[in-house]
Amino acid sequence: MKTKFQRRLMREARYAVTKRWRIWMIAGLLPLQALALSGEEVMKKSQAAFLYPGKDFKARVVMKLINKDGQERVRELTMLRKNMGEPGGEQKYFMYFFQPADVKDMTFMTYKYPAKDDDRWMFIPAINMVKRIAAQDKRSSFVGSDFTYEDVSGRDLEDDTHVVEREEKIGNRDCYAVKSTPKGTDTDYGYKLTWVDKANFLPLKEEQYDKKGARYKLFAADEVADIQGIPTVAKRSMKNLQSGHRTEVAYLKTGYNLGIEDNLFSERFLRQPPRKWIE
Amino acid sequence: MSRLTVACAVLLLAPLAARAEVRLSGFAQQNTAANTAAANPDGRHYKWLEERAQLKLDATGGAWRLLAKSDLAIDHLGRQDQSELREGYVDYTAGNWDMRVGRQVITWGLGDLVFVNDVFPKDHEALFAGRPLEYLKRGVDAVKLGAYPEFANFELVLSPGFRESRIPDANRFHLYDPMPAVTNRETIKPGQGEVGLRIYRDVAGYDAALYLYRGFQRTPSMRPDSMTAPTKIGVFYPQLSVYGASVSGRAGEGVLSLEAAYYDSREDRSGKDFAVPNSQTRLLAGYQIQPAEDLSLGLQYYAEAMNDYGAYLAAVPAGFPVEKRWSHTVTARLTQFFRHQTLRLSAYASYNAGSGEHFVNPELRYSFTDKMWGAVGANFFGGKPWGQFGQLSRDDNVYLQVRYEF
Repeated sequence: MKTKFQRRLMREARYAVTKRWRIWMIAGLLPLQALALSGEEVMKKSQAAFLYPGKDFKARVVMKLINKDGQERVRELTMLRKNMGEPGGEQKYFMYFFQPADVKDMTFMTYKYPAKDDDRWMFIPAINMVKRIAAQDKRSSFVGSDFTYEDVSGRDLEDDTHVVEREEKIGNRDCYAVKSTPKGTDTDYGYKLTWVDKANFLPLKEEQYDKKGARYKLFAADEVADIQGIPTVAKRSMKNLQSGHRTEVAYLKTGYNLGIEDNLFSERFLRQPPRKWIE
Repeated sequence: MSRLTVACAVLLLAPLAARAEVRLSGFAQQNTAANTAAANPDGRHYKWLEERAQLKLDATGGAWRLLAKSDLAIDHLGRQDQSELREGYVDYTAGNWDMRVGRQVITWGLGDLVFVNDVFPKDHEALFAGRPLEYLKRGVDAVKLGAYPEFANFELVLSPGFRESRIPDANRFHLYDPMPAVTNRETIKPGQGEVGLRIYRDVAGYDAALYLYRGFQRTPSMRPDSMTAPTKIGVFYPQLSVYGASVSGRAGEGVLSLEAAYYDSREDRSGKDFAVPNSQTRLLAGYQIQPAEDLSLGLQYYAEAMNDYGAYLAAVPAGFPVEKRWSHTVTARLTQFFRHQTLRLSAYASYNAGSGEHFVNPELRYSFTDKMWGAVGANFFGGKPWGQFGQLSRDDNVYLQVRYEF
């Protein structure tokens, strides 16, 4: 006599087998489909996988800024993100700083819009003031690190043209190598090459070339972790090859679909960030 | 007695503390400002010379939070007892309302060192003596209630007592005094409290706010007992109400801020009393852009008008300086970061086209480590001998701030 639980297990096992079959079949078709993906499509899927997974997301971000002599500075913050619609659409970000000491308790909020400048606010605890700040400097360094604001929260896909240059392995992962060239002239880089994992569409490596064609910045996804079934870049680094300065970032205490309320992204909570979200 | 109070407080708070998450932090700081133009009126050569330590206790338990920030300082220029409770309050946060009770810093409005709707107490001496920015604001002892219904946000501030702004000390700064011979001065602080209300919300992508305040001028007025043969001067804080509004949002490449306020001088609505400030209209337009990486530029235009100018002109005693009806000030702030935002160069300048009043504050600040920073800067003043900055023209100084945070 099988228990109800055992019956359920068997049913699930059978389902898993058929599911695996389906996966195999899909896998068989993949190369054909893969070839059909354009550069734009790869980058769109990559944006969705890298910057938009889940309805919302939380991480304790620890950034190490390391100069060429090996001296370290630490920036530590909690980052909360909420998608307001589909991947590629509007997002809201909330950041609370723990370190360094002179920016402790500072909070920072961004409303990110596709194809439009973001809205940004900052709370300065020293004078207890919320200030709206200019946001056209998307290529500026984020808190002094080697990452730009765009590296953290994304760049409009329409600002570049994207072409699949080739397909090759990074480690043991099959990747598309996509060349993205800015349409405008207001960028610090001439073009960039991104290696996007074919299976999960995460960017595993990116090389940014300056306008003279010299490679000058190097991004690497150093560790991909499975968080609630969602492949997540848990460790990443950006190195400036010209200055020798690099930034290593770890995402700790990560979680998806936590039910972050809309009203968190408001002046009220910029001034009084709720402990339950920032710890 | 005080020991008993402390013991009781500790016993009462102990159960909360047991459940609460408690964090202690603070800093130790050295702050020196040396004169570059002339000695102080008291003959000293420093505007500021002190060592200071701050301890901050932050305890959270459920919907409650306790924050206490306390300073202990040693002043080398003859001031006694520099210990001070900078902030000390209890927060309660509910779903769509909250409350903060105690000494707290409140800042309203959008100005950068220009105050239109920020009616809360400031420390002007701190600004002119090269102290860190956070000392620009003084806490108020108040109950602040926040309500956040769907259609707007409300912030009501009720203060049972009055706390004035701190003006520069006459021993350290060369202040304009129309009656220097009269040394008998009596200060009367308002016996009543004050109330403020801020209503704010988003309007089509812009941050819009309304401000209402009923209280007193933060800086004192003076009234001699006799104009012909004064023997005593009364120092007082005239009644004031302020009605204002502000809006800020993206405009072009930057952020545009607009702010206006009507200062209703309740103590003298007719404007006939020369000792009480005339009712005023204050207008501010600000624009902030980031023209290049790690560089930001903020520009402000600020206008102040006397509303009963005819009455003012008729009331000014002979021999007293006469102000213009309109005062136009422009300010600029440039901030540039270097070395991965660990080195910051900033410069603030304010210039009044009509009177020549000006104030310039360049500063260079470097974070030696994540816990230690230092800043060197200077304050330069100029203008008419009786003007806001002109009277300080012999008080130019260079300053040094070094802080270790833990």
